[in-house]
Amino acid sequence: MRSRASVLISLGLAGVWTAHAELRFNRDIRPILSENCFACHGPDKNTRMAGLRLDVREEAIAKGAIRPGDPLASKLLQRIRSPKPALRMPPISSHKALTERQKELLEQWIAQGAPYEPHWAYIRPERPPAPPGPEGVDYLVNKKLEERGLKPVGEADRRTLIRRLSFDLRGLPPSWEEVRAFVEDPDPKAYEKLVERYLASPAYGERMAVWWLDLVRYADTVGFHSDVPVSVHPYRDYVIRAFNSNKPFDVFTREQLGGDLLPGAGREQLVASAYNRLNRMTNEGGAQAKEYLAIYAADRVRTTGSVWLGSTVGCAECHDHKFDPFTARDFYQLKAFFADIEERGVYNGHGDFGPRIQTPPVGRESELERIESELAALRRQGEGKLAETEAALAQFADWLRARNTEWRRLRRGKVTAASGLQFRRTEEGAFLASGRMPSRDLHTVELELGRGRLTAVRIEALAPEELTGGDCSFLVTKVEGELVRGNKLIPLEFALGISDGVDPAHPARYALDGNDHTGWGANGGLRRNVEQAMFVLGKPLETRPGDRLRLRLKYEGWASRQVLGHFRVSVSGADFPELVPPAADFEHPVRLRTYFRAYTQGNAHWQALRALERRRQQLLDSGSECLVTRAAPPRLTRILPRGNWMDDSGEIVEPQVPHFLKPLSASGRPTRLDLANWLVDRDNPLTARVVVNRLWKMFFGTGISKTLDDLGSQGEPPVNPELLDWLAVEFMDSGWDIKHMVRTMVLSATYRRSSQPTPKLKEADPYNRYHARQAVTRLEAEFVRDTALAVSGLLNTKIGGPSAKPYQPEGYYRELNFPKREYVPDWNENQYRRGLYTHRQRTFPHPALIAFDATPREECTAERPVSNTPLQALVLLNDPSFVEAARVFAERILRNGGATVDERIDFAFREAFSRLPTAQERAILQRLYASQRAHFRRNRGAAGQLLTVGMARVGGDLDQRELAAWTGVSRALFNKHEFITRY
Amino acid sequence: MKIESPYLLTRRAFLGRASMGLGSLALASLVEPKLLALPPGVSGFPNFAPRAKRVIFLCMAGGPSHLELFDPKPELAKRHGQPMPESVTRGQQIAQLQGQELRILGPQHGFRRYGKCGLEASELLPHIGSIADEFCLIRSMQTEQINHDTAHTFMNTGTAIAGRPSMGAWITYGLGSEAEDLPGFVVLTSQGGGQDQPISARQWHCGFLPSKYQGVRFNSGAEPVSYVRNPKGVDREAQRELIQAVADLNRAQAEMMEDPEIATRIAQYELAFRMQMSVPDLVDLRNEPKHILEMYGVESVDGSYAANCLLARRLAERGVRFIHLYHRGWDHHGEIKQGLVTVTRLVDRPTAALVKDLAQRGLLEDTLIIWGGEFGRTPMAQGTGRDHHIKGFSMWLAGGGVKKGFTYGATDEFGYNAVEDPVHVHDLHATMLHLLGIDHTKLTYRFQGRDFRLTDVGGRVVRDILA
Repeated sequence: MRSRASVLISLGLAGVWTAHAELRFNRDIRPILSENCFACHGPDKNTRMAGLRLDVREEAIAKGAIRPGDPLASKLLQRIRSPKPALRMPPISSHKALTERQKELLEQWIAQGAPYEPHWAYIRPERPPAPPGPEGVDYLVNKKLEERGLKPVGEADRRTLIRRLSFDLRGLPPSWEEVRAFVEDPDPKAYEKLVERYLASPAYGERMAVWWLDLVRYADTVGFHSDVPVSVHPYRDYVIRAFNSNKPFDVFTREQLGGDLLPGAGREQLVASAYNRLNRMTNEGGAQAKEYLAIYAADRVRTTGSVWLGSTVGCAECHDHKFDPFTARDFYQLKAFFADIEERGVYNGHGDFGPRIQTPPVGRESELERIESELAALRRQGEGKLAETEAALAQFADWLRARNTEWRRLRRGKVTAASGLQFRRTEEGAFLASGRMPSRDLHTVELELGRGRLTAVRIEALAPEELTGGDCSFLVTKVEGELVRGNKLIPLEFALGISDGVDPAHPARYALDGNDHTGWGANGGLRRNVEQAMFVLGKPLETRPGDRLRLRLKYEGWASRQVLGHFRVSVSGADFPELVPPAADFEHPVRLRTYFRAYTQGNAHWQALRALERRRQQLLDSGSECLVTRAAPPRLTRILPRGNWMDDSGEIVEPQVPHFLKPLSASGRPTRLDLANWLVDRDNPLTARVVVNRLWKMFFGTGISKTLDDLGSQGEPPVNPELLDWLAVEFMDSGWDIKHMVRTMVLSATYRRSSQPTPKLKEADPYNRYHARQAVTRLEAEFVRDTALAVSGLLNTKIGGPSAKPYQPEGYYRELNFPKREYVPDWNENQYRRGLYTHRQRTFPHPALIAFDATPREECTAERPVSNTPLQALVLLNDPSFVEAARVFAERILRNGGATVDERIDFAFREAFSRLPTAQERAILQRLYASQRAHFRRNRGAAGQLLTVGMARVGGDLDQRELAAWTGVSRALFNKHEFITRY
Repeated sequence: MKIESPYLLTRRAFLGRASMGLGSLALASLVEPKLLALPPGVSGFPNFAPRAKRVIFLCMAGGPSHLELFDPKPELAKRHGQPMPESVTRGQQIAQLQGQELRILGPQHGFRRYGKCGLEASELLPHIGSIADEFCLIRSMQTEQINHDTAHTFMNTGTAIAGRPSMGAWITYGLGSEAEDLPGFVVLTSQGGGQDQPISARQWHCGFLPSKYQGVRFNSGAEPVSYVRNPKGVDREAQRELIQAVADLNRAQAEMMEDPEIATRIAQYELAFRMQMSVPDLVDLRNEPKHILEMYGVESVDGSYAANCLLARRLAERGVRFIHLYHRGWDHHGEIKQGLVTVTRLVDRPTAALVKDLAQRGLLEDTLIIWGGEFGRTPMAQGTGRDHHIKGFSMWLAGGGVKKGFTYGATDEFGYNAVEDPVHVHDLHATMLHLLGIDHTKLTYRFQGRDFRLTDVGGRVVRDILA
């Protein structure tokens, strides 16, 4: 049946038709009032004019602005229709103006009795009637389409469908094998199977993480001023794991906001709590702690408000919100939830950014858990068993002696210093310098090593007795070395650095981290006779007679530290080398007792404990640090008048949720955990809507309300409110199951539609807000990179771990300072990690990512802009990452793509686009191949140059000029619009 | 045919011809150049007749001392070494001098009079002094942020919160750019003469505005713009053939399906290719006469401030809308006396050369030049230097629409507080936009439900300095 409405729409009379329908306050009236009136007649009492507010019905009526049912008697109507410009609302100074249509709507609304509705987003969502599962989505979408007389297009072909799904769920293109298998799969459930397979793929978590990390503004550096690195990547890996294991969103929320407060919080929860520490931080000398504490706290409120509430709470930092009911008090009450986070306004310059824990390497978490549970069991068994008896002491001394004999002191050799500092050998086999100690230097230690096994090198920094000048604090910023065997140099690859830990801010592993800023050291002098560190090799080495050990100790710190002026070196061949005090130190009975206590206890039970602890420590030390939240007594939170941090006159507030939403019930001072629980309470009207709206955008191109970061009065009311609410309720009822929601969306017929509109649809719904067709979207920055790597075959699918450093233009960091930075791209398989892992330097994000609209992660981002610029073209054309991917792809074409030019073109095309080229496309590529081939034949050496872009080696057995010509063809494919577009 | 834009028709006609044998010609020469300049993101600007078409912002990063350069204070010399009156400093923000005794540091360099207007400025600035009759000095600048990072962010975006557009992005968003084959907003950096404080790419980021309005930072090395150079082994002709094949493939795609972005994509590749030629051309100084090079003190494009000033002129000639230079060398917490000698030697001559060179080419009248830092420096000593100071400092403006040989505003006897006609950063922005023909309250962008603008909720056009 062709409805009256659709006839009217096709006649272009839709506006007239809706004018006669029942007006809805939230849909039709609130946006007009919010945009034009609320700034002066709204929630903010400080800017309210004439004491009139129009956002509350009673007050508008009391002031005579509205007389329900009588537009002519309503002052609101009189003023907006006033013939006198001076009286007319909104005033000229506001730069706002109402259209005639808007005035009519207001008039009709008052005539209809001026009914108000609470703002839609603050009403608890209820489930509208719809069939369960994906059919529910289709039912609600189609209902809207029918209302508007729109007819959906048909389903996309399978090739388009698998590409779409693969990009959406994995951020990667499908392989040709996957495409073929799917296209040819006779199973009517083929698509469902595909969805399950992709949801189960590890790449799913990586894809989803890109979305979440933008929201929480995850980055690898602190962001202010010196923008030095800070280790939080275990949090990034936590996010990936959470999506892959389908952690329920309420748990995900609790762990991030209050993981440290959860009963029985483990490492996983602590790492999750890094969420609270992802704000930018400063270590600038002249910064004022109080000001920056205010900055960090405001950032947290803005972010949390945006991530979970989809609200612009940040607007209430200086004044009550102009459009939404958030008051300044609400802002500071939210801030008070975070007042217990242990932090400093201004951090020192040495890479210490507050509470953090050590985490195991990616993929070895369960191994660590096993060790820790064994340890706990052993500790329980051992309670009371450890006593300081003579026998235990003797046993302990034996143990120390045994460990000590594993170390072989190297006595023969010399130290040369770049500064000219002179060292002499002491009788004890140590090296002792005389003269003034510089703070920057390079010491080369060359020692006779001889035959044996080498697993670790120990450096003992000795007491400063004979030294002159300085307090003997030191900072070794880098330790590296090699085995010298005749003319051959065998590099020593140190996997671990372990020190006594007297100076916890400068553990030995910092001398291996490649950062000139950090190192192994001791502050304020050696507190004991010996300060020692050992550097453990990744693989044991067998040494031969005549071999020498060469160590380079670098001192590049700009801190007021010095070089090592008195030290000795020993080596071990033990499988688990252990740092123990030197024999001379513990043979003394008093010292032995001290060490005994220091090492806990010394009996067999203890040795078992110690062995486990050692394994645990080595596992942790080979992992990474992660910032975490640690609770401290809460700081006082005051309302800051006008947001001014210097003004202490404001009222003191306690943690509480925004006053117009369901209040939080907690005994005692509410905590971050209470806030988290409140956010994911079934009665919270915002969280579920915010999340499903953003998920919808991920799979359909535009949110149901397109303002992903503002569901408030100034945001767009949802074009399909029933759909939004149905999804929100489904999300909560499913137990906050993200995969369930993704499945529900992508299994819908709506998702599977073709993205090609009919002419009628293009006209009737140009922005595709009703989803009679799918959207066309450009791949996100990270996935542009991933797609090139995947098609070339270079992609490294490793998950997690420290961030990677792909090629970057030289000198890109030259404006960074304190310290100056040189970007050294990874020269190993890390070069080919997914874009998600690219090192995120907040003040200088990687230029290829930025070109494709990635954000600097300084502020919460719910939606990236999508641009189409010449810089994008330059990246795809000339960035070595893409050129290298193209030449490696070329090699694949030559090896696997058949023998003729046409076969190869077809192969390359289908690998890149999951389809065969048309005759026209084939002809274009034939021409290009011919011209590129001619170029590389004409220009001697050109092919060789092109084929050395990047670190990947190409087969020497292939014709270089041929390879270069196909590199040209590959580059053309990588630059084709289709390559970075999801249809 | 599905795409009806006349723009695309031009492209299609052109591509058709190019693939039929005109291939050896540069792609670009076949297209109406004006089509490729950066269009504004919003219509209706300028709102009124502009006095300036472009801006060259010479940012003296680190915070130049107004007390040695442009704001003579004999009182400081008299009270050198004495405690700073507490009545002035009580309750005020302090950066590195937190918790320290505050003593006055007398001016470390002498002043002399320059030009017909008799401007009193530093002996260290003979060249800038020689253009004293060209510029308008503001001695009453004020800002709100006392640390470098946030102060630059405030100076560039009108707020200390990250994620907002910088002024260059706002202006290109409002006005577009006339540069046919260069970005509309270009950033050049140099350093020397003091601690080179870091500068974040945030300072030229477009925030929530579309990415095409983002500033593009030029490098001094072999690759003036990231990725502008062809891969090794690929010459211009091979690259052209490749880009043409990409265009052909995209055109074939556009014929098969509905995706209006394809047309834009084709145009962007065209522009990219043009940039690959125009950028090297921009930095090729072979055609600059010797006397011009000497005037600036330039030997080559070496990343120096002098070279950047010359490039600024060349960018202005090519229609770039906003040219932002940063010279990082003014953060004189210590040894300010020698530090200023060093940095002014690098900055004084080229700055004056730029103004004179633009003037002799008739470009100064519609170019607005702004010179100054993110803040000034304290009258109080920090050892042998001065700390950051935000309550009063100096900047000057020259060119399009600004009074010449004019001084505006004043600080108190200590050079501490701007007491006469204070000019807030928002006011500077409002005035700059006004000179460009923009009502600063009208250039807005809707983000998170609010109409944001460069001047936030403030800003007043400083009419007294308009010519």
